[in-house]
Amino acid sequence: MGRWARRRTWLVTPALMLAALALGACAQHPQATFSPAGPVSRRELGLMSFSLWLMIGVFVAVCIPLVYAMIRFRERKGDQGLPPQIEGNHRIEVVWTVVPILICIALAIPTIHDAFVLASPPAGSSPLVVDVVGHQWWWEFQYPGQSIVTADEMHIPAGRPIELKLTSVDVLHSFWVPALAGKEDTVPGVVNTMWLQASVPGTYPGQCAEFCGTSHSLMRFDVVAQSPAQFQAWVTGMQHPDVTPTTAEAQAGAQLFSQYQCGICHTIDGTAAKGTVGPNLTNLGERAIVVGGSLQNTPTDLAQWIHDPQAIMPDTIMPAFSTLTDQQLSELTAYLEGLKPQA
Amino acid sequence: MATLSERMPAALARRTAAEYGIWSWLTTVDHKRIGIMYLVSATIFFIFGGTEAFLMRLQLMRPENHIVSFQLFNQLFTMHGITMIFLAVMPLLIGYINVVMPLQIGARDVAYPRLNAVSLWLFFAGGLMLYSSWFLGGAPNAGWYNYAPINTGGVLNPGSDTLGISFYVLGLQIAGIGTLLSGINFTATILNLRAPGMSLMRMPLFVWTVLITSILIVFAFPPFTANLGLLMFDRLFNTGFFDPSKGGNALLWQQLFWIFGHPEVYILIMPAFGMISEVVPTFSRKPLFGYTTMVFAIIVIAFLAFMVWSHHMFTTGMGAVVNSVFAATSMAIAVPTGVKIFNWIATMWGGRIRYTTSMLFAIGFLFCFVIGGMSGVMLAAAPADYQFNDSYFLVAHIHYVLIGGSLFALFAGTYYWFPKMTGRLLSERLGKLNFWIVLIGFNVTFFPMHFLGIDGMPRRVATYPPGLGLSFWNFVSTIGVFILTAGILIFLYNLRDSLRNGEIAGPDPWDARTLEWSIPSPAPEYNFAQIPLVRGRDALWVEKQHGDGRMLPAQIVEQHGDHDADDHDAHQHHADRHLVHMPSPTPLPLILGAGAMVAGYAGLYRVWWLAILALVACFYGIFRLMYDRDPGYYVEPKGDVG
Repeated sequence: MGRWARRRTWLVTPALMLAALALGACAQHPQATFSPAGPVSRRELGLMSFSLWLMIGVFVAVCIPLVYAMIRFRERKGDQGLPPQIEGNHRIEVVWTVVPILICIALAIPTIHDAFVLASPPAGSSPLVVDVVGHQWWWEFQYPGQSIVTADEMHIPAGRPIELKLTSVDVLHSFWVPALAGKEDTVPGVVNTMWLQASVPGTYPGQCAEFCGTSHSLMRFDVVAQSPAQFQAWVTGMQHPDVTPTTAEAQAGAQLFSQYQCGICHTIDGTAAKGTVGPNLTNLGERAIVVGGSLQNTPTDLAQWIHDPQAIMPDTIMPAFSTLTDQQLSELTAYLEGLKPQA
Repeated sequence: MATLSERMPAALARRTAAEYGIWSWLTTVDHKRIGIMYLVSATIFFIFGGTEAFLMRLQLMRPENHIVSFQLFNQLFTMHGITMIFLAVMPLLIGYINVVMPLQIGARDVAYPRLNAVSLWLFFAGGLMLYSSWFLGGAPNAGWYNYAPINTGGVLNPGSDTLGISFYVLGLQIAGIGTLLSGINFTATILNLRAPGMSLMRMPLFVWTVLITSILIVFAFPPFTANLGLLMFDRLFNTGFFDPSKGGNALLWQQLFWIFGHPEVYILIMPAFGMISEVVPTFSRKPLFGYTTMVFAIIVIAFLAFMVWSHHMFTTGMGAVVNSVFAATSMAIAVPTGVKIFNWIATMWGGRIRYTTSMLFAIGFLFCFVIGGMSGVMLAAAPADYQFNDSYFLVAHIHYVLIGGSLFALFAGTYYWFPKMTGRLLSERLGKLNFWIVLIGFNVTFFPMHFLGIDGMPRRVATYPPGLGLSFWNFVSTIGVFILTAGILIFLYNLRDSLRNGEIAGPDPWDARTLEWSIPSPAPEYNFAQIPLVRGRDALWVEKQHGDGRMLPAQIVEQHGDHDADDHDAHQHHADRHLVHMPSPTPLPLILGAGAMVAGYAGLYRVWWLAILALVACFYGIFRLMYDRDPGYYVEPKGDVG
């Protein structure tokens, strides 16, 4: 393992070179494939780098004779007659048939090895199972072992393999968190599996990678990796959420929530709202992002969303509540922003 | 010609006058004119597709741009893909196949000239129908591969006009049947109409690639036809083949699509290989290095083309075993492709290279196609593809093989064969400008997309947030599009200007090697006054080396099909005066194309009586084409062979 890891280090070098180029304007790249934060993406990067090395070698092997021939054998003034009319050379043709075969074998071996390694979580580990459901255009995360449902942000414990069971309720989507793992499609009527693991706590952005309709571009999410203790605390908090409005404004908001029948589509655990068409809102108040990251989770942004969702996410099925007054909107958002897992 | 008609039986004299009016183009069955119509209409579609790309790059120039709406952006990338693949690059290649292939094998026309015209008009009808969608409620909006179940429409494709994807279904079905017929026609032509002495292993490599491409078409298009048929039932008659909520299977579309779609990308690159294999030897003044290996390489590529389709589906959950198999077969394609690259370099090696624009594009092809091939091998490594798939890395890859590959070869072929079509050379001065600007613009546009892919940018996004570090290379890429557009405009200007003012080419401006250069430019309607005798590979080159540089006529009595008494006199004439028997022009193919289009629209709008009427008209046209005897007409060649 150690030797392999060391080998991986030099394999990663060209990827880092590319990364330096890719930096361009020295920006941050939170969604990049070349700064892996877990064993799955690290292994994938190793293979990407290895294939890149091989291909750089091939490119050089093509370019040297090509450029040489272009210069050396150009037509010059005063050239007379024809060059020797050579039609082929079996020996050299065998060479450039066999060498590519060897290169392909060299690449096929780690490819097949990694395909099997990445097919399932390491034997003997006890992965956490998360069901991932793609919707037009947001992500739902269900924790069947914990009886938790959330959206937009997938909480996971760092250092533990996570086994994802992926499906979709409408069209194809593809689950992609480049820093943690390559993608896997969500297919309606089918449950696909993949696994990933975050080595250290952190927030890793992800995005739908399969075209899924009008607002495909906005179908983003975050993976929030926490220390095992923090994750356990979050699970416990989610199982006993704090959904009772405390202020007068929030109580008025809760009134509006039921008056406008938001519960037909949304669930808030511990209340009468049990809809499953839209995202579960039980812990809305603690999320950093909402609407797939198109909005920051501020009362203003949330009010804007409720007032006119089409302006933010064209063709979303979330209806517009344009008749709500500013007063009512701020009451409603006060209620929603107060929904949190128990501290 | 008027004097000739006086000497001819009246019934046969009706078409002897050369006609150049619009009607003569609409009714022609001449492979060269059909080829030119393919080229002109495909160039127009290419401009449409380029405009769509230009708008997309403007939108992506900066993060969170709102130049176009999401819905319009989705229509733009869908139509861009469909246009460039089905309505631009493939018909451009078919256009050159039409113009060049019969000339290279020493034939008077393709095997089925009227069927050839049917192919053209079906392609044109399909393309026109697809583009009319922009004005009839909105273009298709689910990508060129149009995955299920979003393609079944309704609630799964919210906000879109339900007709958009039906235009895709029926437009591509009509155009696709045209392509299938071309494949059959070209196969029959190459197998049956080669000049005496041209054995299969003496055929120019371009003809070999056409033969293999045609076989690919014949095997690859039927699954696509079936797939479109199933989707048509889903959309028009509410079946549920692809909709899981009705018990269908969403991945079925993907499997059937890529069983067609992967061979399709080789259909797009094979004739390009053939063009490079003509241009490189001519301008290196050496025979193609390793001809036999080159032939076997394309046969191996064609064989493997049908064994790799699932590498488009590594992330659909097929499992490690299937992914490993398809990764290995996909990598194997690099072997015959690598052999071709090295054989082209070896052709240049030891030669005397003339840097014409055509040769520059061929060399540009070598560099850019190698880059596209290498990213292809990287994509074939399945676990690496989990990251690359559906990202901009993949967008970079397809453009390196389709522009750096197919389109650069088409440029090389255009500068090479333009004189054979028009009699005039394209301007070399503008050509070199065209080459360098296109080369720079292309690389500035598409190389940064590799970086965008590994930076985590998925394809088909209408916008991206500023915080992901994607802004810089997207900006650079859009600057590249401005450069690339300038290069294309120079090319279009060169076409137009050289058509009128270009230098007169003469029969053989490049001191070339194959049969098309043994006849005048532009090629006369009958191609060869006398069918030439082929005495070796690179038939004309053999005569330049060992003969007097002119083709010898094949000493055969020309074969005609079954002819009845009416024709008897004419054949006597023909024997005496050496006349060439030509097929008559006919409007039936045009009517067939129009009928198919009317049937398509009627199906879309559910006017069933009209659909049935139009289909009846189509079948009437088909039966007329099958059973009408065409006596043809005779022309007297102006000169002798050579």
